[in-house]
Amino acid sequence: MAPGEAAEDRPRRIVAPVTPADRLFRSGLRAAGMSVFVIMGLVALFLLLRGLQALRVAGGSFFTQTAWKPGSFGVASVLPDGVMIAVVALLIAVPVSLTTAVFISEYAPLWLRSFLISLVDLMAAIPSIVYGLWGLVFLQPNIVGLVRWMALHLGGFLPFLHVPEADIPSSYTSSTFIAGVVVSLMITPYITSLSREVMSQAPRGEREGAYALGSTRWGMVRSVVLPYSRGGIVGAVMIGFGRAMGETIAVALIISPNFSVTWHVLQNGANSIPSLIALRFGESDDLGLSALMAAGLVLFALTLGVNVLASTIISRSRTGAATAD
Amino acid sequence: MTDADLAPTVQMPAVQAATATGTHGLETRAVSAWFGERKVLDRVSLTMPAGQVTALIGPSGCGKSTYLRLLNRMHEMVRGAGLAGEVLLDGDDVYAPGRLPASVRRRIGMVFQRPNPFPAMSIYDNVASGLKLAGIKVTHQERDELVETSLVRAGLWTEVRDRLKTPGGALSGGQQQRLCIARSLAVSPDVLLMDEPCSALDPTSTRRVEETIELLRGRLTIVIVTHNMQQAQRVSQRCAFFLASHDTPGRVVESGPTEQLFDSPRDERTSDYVNGRFG
Repeated sequence: MAPGEAAEDRPRRIVAPVTPADRLFRSGLRAAGMSVFVIMGLVALFLLLRGLQALRVAGGSFFTQTAWKPGSFGVASVLPDGVMIAVVALLIAVPVSLTTAVFISEYAPLWLRSFLISLVDLMAAIPSIVYGLWGLVFLQPNIVGLVRWMALHLGGFLPFLHVPEADIPSSYTSSTFIAGVVVSLMITPYITSLSREVMSQAPRGEREGAYALGSTRWGMVRSVVLPYSRGGIVGAVMIGFGRAMGETIAVALIISPNFSVTWHVLQNGANSIPSLIALRFGESDDLGLSALMAAGLVLFALTLGVNVLASTIISRSRTGAATAD
Repeated sequence: MTDADLAPTVQMPAVQAATATGTHGLETRAVSAWFGERKVLDRVSLTMPAGQVTALIGPSGCGKSTYLRLLNRMHEMVRGAGLAGEVLLDGDDVYAPGRLPASVRRRIGMVFQRPNPFPAMSIYDNVASGLKLAGIKVTHQERDELVETSLVRAGLWTEVRDRLKTPGGALSGGQQQRLCIARSLAVSPDVLLMDEPCSALDPTSTRRVEETIELLRGRLTIVIVTHNMQQAQRVSQRCAFFLASHDTPGRVVESGPTEQLFDSPRDERTSDYVNGRFG
């Protein structure tokens, strides 16, 4: 051993002492953080326990039965019908939201930008019952003409736009499509706000790099802003999907419940799990209530799955991960 | 194509073209600049001769970066930015009404202080990105050749030739900066502006970038902002010394051939600055 050399060339134990105040603060934060898991777990547990009775009675048929009546119930029609409302909502909301977000973050003059941002936030704050009433009283009577036109002119070659009983005016109301339009208005502010936030964070250096190459503004948006925000946009869309799946009262107001899978989105009759729960809750017996809880559990699992997927995508993208400043 | 094939074709014209026509000079006439109410540049008139390297030197905050950015109309992208005077490329005002900023920037490229490659794009796509952004149509083969020549000229080809498809963001800082130079060269600009291109780089990378500048001299007109006096002396033929004080905007104290500015400056302040007595 050379003189002056330390006795052992092994990693030392490195200790950073924690003060009592620090420990207290940390445990407080930890408790708050854990409460999220606890609440989520309790909700799932509650739904599972309350739904178990119905799941035992129905067994596997809970996922294949389309009807919903005492003794015979399942999510095989309400679940896909609800997904279709959400899909219609996304088909409308995504293009509207993304173009709005690009406009606000990249094109709008400063004064208009802050105005639009607060307007979009305001749009998210409107209670869903208001959207529902507006959809029922104003939108539906006014959009029927367009629905009819689409059914007559496009229904021939796009089967999902076909309406069987085309002569009866009421065939065109209370449909998946109209519910989807209303829901699209409700999720548009979320998708717009989340994706605008991400777009505005696209690094200035890269933006200037694109401009310095002789890029137009749109070229810059396409080569810098959109690639940078892709992850955040996917996340925003999925969060919008989750919200669309969970929307209750606006959908319940508009649809006329229907318990067969409705592939014709313009046709009268639609359904979704939340509106089923809302509409049936008051009139159900023990088993019926349990069945609604089980349906709620299915919805819970689906939206949880979608959100986990969304957050995974966001965290793997540049938007969520550290950027190469 | 091997390096041996390329080396002569790349270096020879660089030497010859110093006197060649086809390169384009830049000139400013009484250019002033403002940010809001604050005037940051005062009537700067400079000539940046075609095919030469002009260095802009001066202490921080003297307006030399602002001056550089107004040459290719990046200045106006800052909110509240104002401008007076004329910037002439081949005698034509780049701020003439009806002249698109994008078309000006296509001819006057820029390399920034911080390397800013597009991190998600591959090395190849980074170099080719300007073609797409500027709407220049080329065949596949032309693009391959352009990417290669641009990378050769930027002194990066031998380091990346085997991994052109890997992301540009994965390169080292010095390589990223040379990638940005290659990206600028791919759209064949007449002028290349460099805003302290080596200030974020280690000495070895700095040397490579300086070699690149040496290689490009004669092919295009280069204007470089630098805080490094030795660098200014090494790479430039002409030099302009900017100075601002507390209450006056930046102006050019002295400009001329680099040798003259460093060896026999006319102004005492220039002499103090280039000899490291202030700034």
